[in-house]
Amino acid sequence: MMAKLNDKPLLSARNLGKHYGQRLGCRDVNFDLYEGEVLAVVGESGSGKSTLLSLLATELRPTAGAVNYRMRDGQTRNLFDLTEAERRFLLRTDWGFVRQDARDGLRMGVSAGGNVGERLMAVGGRHYGRIRDTASDWLNRVEIEPERIDDLPKSFSGGMRQRLQIARNLVTHPRLVFMDEPTSSLDVSVQARLLDLIRGLVSELGLAVIIVTHDLAVARLLSHRIMVMRQGRVIETGLTDQVLDDPREAYTQLLVSSVLAA
Amino acid sequence: MIHDLVTLEGVSKAFTLHLRDGMKISVVDNVSFGVKPGECVVLGGPSGAGKSSILKMIYGNYRCDHGRILVRDGEEQVDVATAEPRRILALRGSVMGYVSQFLHVIPRVSSLDIVAGAATDSGVPQAEAWARAERLLTLLNVPERLWSLPPATFSGGEQQRVNIARGLAADRPILLLDEPTASLDAANRAVVVRLIEEKKRAGAAIIGIFHDDDVRELVADRIVDVTEFASSKAA
Repeated sequence: MMAKLNDKPLLSARNLGKHYGQRLGCRDVNFDLYEGEVLAVVGESGSGKSTLLSLLATELRPTAGAVNYRMRDGQTRNLFDLTEAERRFLLRTDWGFVRQDARDGLRMGVSAGGNVGERLMAVGGRHYGRIRDTASDWLNRVEIEPERIDDLPKSFSGGMRQRLQIARNLVTHPRLVFMDEPTSSLDVSVQARLLDLIRGLVSELGLAVIIVTHDLAVARLLSHRIMVMRQGRVIETGLTDQVLDDPREAYTQLLVSSVLAA
Repeated sequence: MIHDLVTLEGVSKAFTLHLRDGMKISVVDNVSFGVKPGECVVLGGPSGAGKSSILKMIYGNYRCDHGRILVRDGEEQVDVATAEPRRILALRGSVMGYVSQFLHVIPRVSSLDIVAGAATDSGVPQAEAWARAERLLTLLNVPERLWSLPPATFSGGEQQRVNIARGLAADRPILLLDEPTASLDAANRAVVVRLIEEKKRAGAAIIGIFHDDDVRELVADRIVDVTEFASSKAA
């Protein structure tokens, strides 16, 4: 991300908001995300961070505002003006989504190789041998032994399932990956390994990532920039280490002081 | 004329502690000084005077409440106090480095890779980066049998020396040194002094905090007394 400072944002949220009837999901969210940038959205449950992620990933329609996205052809489009076919194509090719619960992000009745290969077939891969080779290569990159390629994710540990989700998402070389609490269902020892793996792949592939987490240590390790949310609004934003080491808002100071070492 | 690589103009910093009823702690007020290429400015003053806060503001790790912190990036001057996060990250990537006495341990990466990686990240070619890493680790007396191991299990002193090697492996024109020699023995302090001299000769602008008088005397071209920037303490 160092080289290109004059490029255009990959994604821009403008006055983005969501009300569920009278109840506020989130409001007035504005930010730009550039290629190669990792943005952490932090806050407690009910802060609106999950609503925001669902809006950005077009799983929810906003009640206000827009999300502009620079497509692979260079055109910038409001995501909520896309046709359903365009949206699905984006989801299958240019985006990834790593879920907190691997059961929501994987097909549990399909083999590990199938889970990875399926995304390749969705973008037009037809040659079985090549798909299998690519799947095997990706299993290897996420540190799953290639001989497990025909096993079902059901037989995998929590950490392996998350790594398989990552392989499934990255195999199509997306430019943007959403992550929803990707490590919080794991034991601490397993978390460290997964975070290390994610960090390596993100910087190697130059991915843009929007990661929602309640864990400030995860935000510090993975993200360049941080947005702190409370009661549906962004209350503080900036360089990750600056916000965590010199928090300005009372609520951010409370969050930072509530953990032993972030 | 030779331009400053770093210029501070009227920089002020205070912390507001909302969890302590909004108590305001003023750290420094109206800090102004500049550093030229090849110059080492040492920040002086007792602990608590705000030396480390000044370094952290220059690096963008602490916010700057008032004033400007101008950092030269080629032909451009960037005000760290107002720059976008990604601009600051770009400065950290190629223009300014920060070396403290603490190593943020990266799991599963060998010591040699940590040091060489710091050099390649800043654009040094692979072979040159490895040669530099080996030289720095050798000079800093990190035993060769440890090079292939991640430093997580090393002693505090060994980790600190790996960290110094990492901090000095890149070619960054601005170096911020936050007590890198604290608790080093005399032999290793002398190595760090020699390495700082090399950086100065290569044209780096260095701003440092050194607890040891002997190191300070050897490397400083100028001492900036931070107590001059003390704000009214009762603020």
